[in-house]
Amino acid sequence: MATELKVAWGPRKDNVYLGKEITRLDGVEKASGAAKYAADANPKGCLYAKVLSFKGGAGKVKSLNLDDALKVPGVKAVHAFVKEGDELQWDGALVAAVAAERQEQAEDGVRAIKFTFDTMEHFVDEDDLKGAEAAKRTKDLGNNTKGDVEAALKSAAVVHKGQYGIATISHMCLETHGSCTRWEEGKLIVNHSTQNVSGTPANFVSELQKQHNISVDAADVTVLCQFVGGGFGSKFAADDWGVAAAKMSKETGRPVRLMLDRATELKIAGTRPSGFAEVTIAADKDGKIVAWDSHHWGTNGGMKGGTINLAQFPYVFDFDNRNRKATGLVTNAGPDRAWRAPPHPQLCALTDTAIDDIAAKLGKSAVDVFLANIDKTPEKLQATYVAEIKRAAELIGWSKKWHPHGKGGDGDVKRGLGMAIHTWGGRAHAGTCTVRINPDGSVESLSGTQDIGTGTRTAIAMVLAETFGITLDAVKVRYGSSVYPRSGPSGGSTTIGGVTGPNRRAAIAALGKLFDVVAEKHKVDGNNLTAKGGKIWNGDKEVCTWKAACGLLGMMGIETTGEGPKDDGLTSEQVGGVQMADVSVDTKTGIVRINQFVAVQDCGLIVDLLTAKSQVYGGLIMGIAYSLTEEQILDNKTGRYINADLENYKLPRIGDIGELIVEMYQPDSEYERGVIGLGEPPVIACGAAISNAVANATGVRVPTIPLTPKRVLDALKAAKA
Amino acid sequence: MRDPREETIPNANGSGFNRRDFLRGSGAAVAVTALATSDQGATAQDAKKANVASAKAQDVTLNVNGKEHKLSLEPRVTLLDTLRDDLNLTGCKDVCDTTNCGACTVLIDGKPTYACSRLAHECVGKKVTTIESLAANDPVVAGFVKHDAQQCGFCTPGFVMATKAFCDKNPGATLAQVRAGLGGNICRCGTYVGITACAMELVTKKGGK
Repeated sequence: MATELKVAWGPRKDNVYLGKEITRLDGVEKASGAAKYAADANPKGCLYAKVLSFKGGAGKVKSLNLDDALKVPGVKAVHAFVKEGDELQWDGALVAAVAAERQEQAEDGVRAIKFTFDTMEHFVDEDDLKGAEAAKRTKDLGNNTKGDVEAALKSAAVVHKGQYGIATISHMCLETHGSCTRWEEGKLIVNHSTQNVSGTPANFVSELQKQHNISVDAADVTVLCQFVGGGFGSKFAADDWGVAAAKMSKETGRPVRLMLDRATELKIAGTRPSGFAEVTIAADKDGKIVAWDSHHWGTNGGMKGGTINLAQFPYVFDFDNRNRKATGLVTNAGPDRAWRAPPHPQLCALTDTAIDDIAAKLGKSAVDVFLANIDKTPEKLQATYVAEIKRAAELIGWSKKWHPHGKGGDGDVKRGLGMAIHTWGGRAHAGTCTVRINPDGSVESLSGTQDIGTGTRTAIAMVLAETFGITLDAVKVRYGSSVYPRSGPSGGSTTIGGVTGPNRRAAIAALGKLFDVVAEKHKVDGNNLTAKGGKIWNGDKEVCTWKAACGLLGMMGIETTGEGPKDDGLTSEQVGGVQMADVSVDTKTGIVRINQFVAVQDCGLIVDLLTAKSQVYGGLIMGIAYSLTEEQILDNKTGRYINADLENYKLPRIGDIGELIVEMYQPDSEYERGVIGLGEPPVIACGAAISNAVANATGVRVPTIPLTPKRVLDALKAAKA
Repeated sequence: MRDPREETIPNANGSGFNRRDFLRGSGAAVAVTALATSDQGATAQDAKKANVASAKAQDVTLNVNGKEHKLSLEPRVTLLDTLRDDLNLTGCKDVCDTTNCGACTVLIDGKPTYACSRLAHECVGKKVTTIESLAANDPVVAGFVKHDAQQCGFCTPGFVMATKAFCDKNPGATLAQVRAGLGGNICRCGTYVGITACAMELVTKKGGK
């Protein structure tokens, strides 16, 4: 009788690896500089390419001549992204590329390009709705109504009107977008900085055909990416520059490495849209919100005229009476790309700030008002939110530290508390994998996934080691190549479920086959066998070692495949999460400092507790960045992105983050939910939590995030006037 | 959040000449012109400081990780590009190219230095140490792994070099000193908590010696 093993996670208490703090398997490679990224690819004969990008708000190409660039010593290939008459719609738009023997020669080549353009009208002032309307740069994105807002407003105990905003930011991947391309016997090989190893070959094929009439079979394109230096949602495609590299590579018969320069990276390779809103919010005397009326606007750049989602606003909460309306701004800013949890950070920053203001108006603590309205959040999350709010409040000492808004102390430096909540799906993406048990006892997993820094490789190894009862070092995880079984793109917190589900399924299937062989040899029932501690057990009796069991296999060993997602309980979706900030605001300088920042986060079954916590720490730090310092600054006059470098695009450094306290919410009920993604959630509530803490400290709402010293001082001044 | 080390790190050759001053306000093209002029003896002093006499590629010998490398480089080539493209030592990363982020941190005569802030020709006669010289069991590397002080890993080698230099020099440092001392590097994924824990452990151990 064939062994039939149930597909499920084992009892939590029996786990050797799952849920424990396991250091990442590629940690030494990365920390010792041995890890090779696309930017590090340097095959023999490699040419280095640089781009010429447009410097202006908007323009039309008058002339473009690359002849002189080709004459520059060392230059081997040039490429024009545009032709005469083409419109360049934003600062940083690609004009041309030059590939040369050395980087500095490529720069010489770029300087030798003859390029002229006619200036066109531009519009980049994204917080100015009236100006946008006057310039005919708006797009009606609809509205809808639920209940009777007017009646609810009339009967409410308090009504608050506020304006809120959150600026556009750039992804700022430390490894800029780009690739190193080479052709070998008609086949294209690309070291690509990507979050989408399996999906990119087809993109190269279609774009090479469309843009350059170069035909290559998808089967003859290999995309490689073992390590990627940050993506955050912006690295899913072949991209025009990758395609240009492949084309110049074909022309020259040489490998070409084209990584965007820092300024172009910031301008065109990914931005998170802005969001602004006018909100009227009303509550009864107990703090229950009875009405919501909002008009929000913003831009996703790229002349697309979109804004953040109408349907998800207000965020997490859905009040009985609400109006909502959205307007998109058509701006000459580089196009948006998905940025960690799109568009939740914006929605949260525009919703939970308004809730905090109505709480303040009632003289109530935000914790009490959020709790009073938890029944308006998704039903399956309500108990989680209540537990997480209570725990976060304990961790930050809310009841001891809290004071009404504006009572943050008598000195110049005021202290305050703020909170916000969030949600995210995190359902596993579609993916397959192959699992092998070799006759020598070693184990392999193969899949075309990628490790974007989240610990994918470690998680896969943990699942196989757990399933087979062997040590981590006996597991070899192969990933980061499109020749392996296809796996989904790493976006939207879908990877951890997308790889652990298929690997667990494939491993259980493989284990069943191994048990068949062991059962036959040792005359036992395969269904009674378990694999633990490097041995095969029949109940509590040792049958043989893992190695001996594998030795029974023929030369072919065992190979199985796993797929996902499936409804077998291995993975699921939707998490909550609560964050609370304790800040100090210097009212003389406008500087905001984080004292403590608490996150309590659920994510179903935690695979690796160490890397899970790292995700949350990282989310908080990125959150501090976009809450306090980080933003894309476009100059209204010239339309140019004026802080597209690491000096003026302000990111926090190691001393700027205060004390971070992370607690994973992990009762058994969470374990039973199966694996859910964690990359997006911890970065969502930061903006609102920090803004609310500043409002609590000073008694003044600084309307727009990031809360730069100037914005803080302006708000304090306006409040005094 | 200006890089505090920008003001405080002495120039490696003590001459007050570095790439930043050299290129300030001019751009590389003008820099080349300046050097071309020096070829004719017009700015001999600059040429002496820079240890070069022509804009054309010239032979240099660089001591990197204890090994001598003979290279032919134009004077304008940075140490960073030389290490990465010519010597294939890609642990130091090209992230900002404007001496802001520390991802290209190497040691020059033991001092942590942004490799993008130095011309290769300036480093003749100096000892350049890159992350590749560290053993896999180096305590700083091990500490980064233990404390999960990395995510995407792109800033990590630079941070490891900065941490190594800081901890070697500052046993017994306080948390505030660690935060100030490692303020010259930037991480985007947000790994500062792990890096701080790692550095604190290292300075505490060394302080206890």
